[in-house]
Amino acid sequence: METIAIPAINLAPIMPEIILSCIAMLLLLVNVFVPSESKGYLGVLSLVGLVATAASVVSGWGQPVAAFGGAVQLDNFAVFFKLIFICSAALAILISDKYVVREEINHGELYPLILFATVGMMLMACGMDLMVIFLGLEVLSISLYVLAGFNRGSLKSNEAGLKYFLLGAFSTGFLLYGMALTYGATGSTKIGNIAGFVATNPQVATNSLFVVGMLLIAVGFSFKTAAAPFHMWTPDVYEGAPTPITAFMSAGPKAAAFAAFIRVMIVAFPTLKHDWTDLLWILAVLTMTVGNIIALSQDNIKRMLAYSSIAHAGYALVGFTACNPEGVAGILFYMLSYTFMNIGAFAVIVLIGKKGEANGNVQDFAGLGQKRPLLAAILCVFLFSLAGIPPTAGFVGKFYLFSAAIKSGYIWLAIIGVLNSAASVYYYLRVMVYMYFKPSEEDFDWVGMTPAIAVCLLLCVATTLVLGVVPGTVLELAQKAVQF
Amino acid sequence: MLALNNYLILSAILFSIGTIGVLVRRNAIVIFMCIELMLNAVNLTLISFSHYLGSIDGQVFVFFIMTVAAAEAAVGLALMIAFYKNRESIDVEDVNMLKL
Amino acid sequence: MESIFFLIVAAVAVLSSILVVTCKNPINSALSLVMTFFCLATLYVTLDAPFMAVTQVMVYAGAIMVLIVFVIMLLNIRVEAVKRGSHAVFAGGAIGLFLLFQTVWFLGRGTLSGATGTMDRAQVVKVGHIELIGKALFTDFLLPFEITSILLLAAIVGAVILAKRKI
Repeated sequence: METIAIPAINLAPIMPEIILSCIAMLLLLVNVFVPSESKGYLGVLSLVGLVATAASVVSGWGQPVAAFGGAVQLDNFAVFFKLIFICSAALAILISDKYVVREEINHGELYPLILFATVGMMLMACGMDLMVIFLGLEVLSISLYVLAGFNRGSLKSNEAGLKYFLLGAFSTGFLLYGMALTYGATGSTKIGNIAGFVATNPQVATNSLFVVGMLLIAVGFSFKTAAAPFHMWTPDVYEGAPTPITAFMSAGPKAAAFAAFIRVMIVAFPTLKHDWTDLLWILAVLTMTVGNIIALSQDNIKRMLAYSSIAHAGYALVGFTACNPEGVAGILFYMLSYTFMNIGAFAVIVLIGKKGEANGNVQDFAGLGQKRPLLAAILCVFLFSLAGIPPTAGFVGKFYLFSAAIKSGYIWLAIIGVLNSAASVYYYLRVMVYMYFKPSEEDFDWVGMTPAIAVCLLLCVATTLVLGVVPGTVLELAQKAVQF
Repeated sequence: MLALNNYLILSAILFSIGTIGVLVRRNAIVIFMCIELMLNAVNLTLISFSHYLGSIDGQVFVFFIMTVAAAEAAVGLALMIAFYKNRESIDVEDVNMLKL
Repeated sequence: MESIFFLIVAAVAVLSSILVVTCKNPINSALSLVMTFFCLATLYVTLDAPFMAVTQVMVYAGAIMVLIVFVIMLLNIRVEAVKRGSHAVFAGGAIGLFLLFQTVWFLGRGTLSGATGTMDRAQVVKVGHIELIGKALFTDFLLPFEITSILLLAAIVGAVILAKRKI
């Protein structure tokens, strides 16, 4: 009987994941002993856990460290994305505090599931092995299926969970088939080994297994980033899921899918770069246009933001198509600012809403400007930023994405992007018109601020404005993060 | 020894049948079974690659895919039960509260 | 001889998977799917992966399909009364056939160019298949192995939250 020699293990690169999973398991245990009226303390505990994780993530900035035989690598790219995920999870937890009480879904398991989803996202960002990326994606997806259907009594929420599950599992099939074919063509699932094999055997680029594998992986990730024509699940799932979860899904998981997508494409398929940038060009144009055009006709504000999130994935794809360091840095910056501006907008929606997801239409915002001027002004900041109007973070992000595209010679793509961005102003402004220029029938007296949402709004407004006015430091960090 | 392409083509056929099933059927459980069929086609691809490459990695990958399939089955069927409790049906045509 | 055996098993696998899609009663679909799983397990044995064949039967045909059949019985799903609209069938069929055509076309031309390893039938016989997989799981793939524990925990918590009568 041969004994297995366990190789030396360096836990440092996955320390954030370890801390966060331990906190999540601790929460599951504590949850049993916490009475249902004080489940909010679990939220506080999970925020503490997220802060500890963030501290551990930041310490990884600098030189890339690989571990587990090259299965994970904590580099600046991963650190930047992990911070985005932690921000999105923390903001989602802050806004769910009030919401779960109102909707009577105050189950303590919400927080551990959000944390597990965050662990999955972090593994996707630092995974250098297709298996780790796949398993990270599944940890994320399974937690999200449950979170989308978390409001068990509501048919809409059930439906959102079921739809998300069926389409998510379907897209996983494509992703896996692509990974399998790539493994067959190169003989390894480790991205580092694939890159090494491709560098020494350039003729693999003409092997149809390799090409089809790349295409299927791109299709799988397009589903996950909600790029058109693979976006069909987004509006239904976003509308039906509990609002804080929708906010979370539109920010964190989308960024996670981009992180894995970018790393796999740039590191593993450099020889096919010409092919996949062409593919991404088409995807970017379709995604921006479809998202914006359908968003124009939406009355339900959650559906409108769902289509707008499709359009924003399109803007990020513009930077990906450019495929230069500026473009990737632009995506990093854009995902960070999108997290804050979008979750901020959802926080206001949570405040305005009534039990049972009533009050979700644009018309219900009529008169908010007179009755609740501060809240309306805050929402305006987020909408301006989403529309890409200076001096907000959204403007700076789009500016860098489009200028990266021009630098790589995709002038038409940048023009289409700017036109799309101009069209999107219509539906964001429509909300503002309702808020300020339509008479109201409601007095909005049910809108009660809680400390958690106030902190969330404050953070979101401050970040949106600061990133818009003085983006220099963060952009510099994003540029330093472009290393694989 | 049989050529690798036989196995690849068989798995491509199974994968396509699974895809057709997902697109054509309307019962959520049958759709889920078709997704399982797709995953099994991937498993066959991986194991045949593993055999012909002489590396164990593909089989380990299959191991993880099976774990994930089991976890997905648990969550997916729980979602279907929750949906059925409210709606008394799992036809995806009935999944229409949320319109386009 | 070997190719005839492969052809028979492959034909049964394809036929039963077609039945999964076409059967009106979900129980029949489920049983056809079990048949497909057994055919695949047979192919795994011919590919020198006996342990994967056993796992296939135990996990897929055993655990997952029993769960599915259990839910079908529990929900008492009736036979589908109406078919999906004909345009959906047409579109689905067209997309599927297109996918089939291009994957078969491409895969028929693909070559196995990957870096080859050292595992072969002699080694499987000498060391044992379970030992080989176990060694790989605990050395090269230790991290994915640990991630699955988080995955299963999340799935258990999720399933309880969604389906338990009273929480």
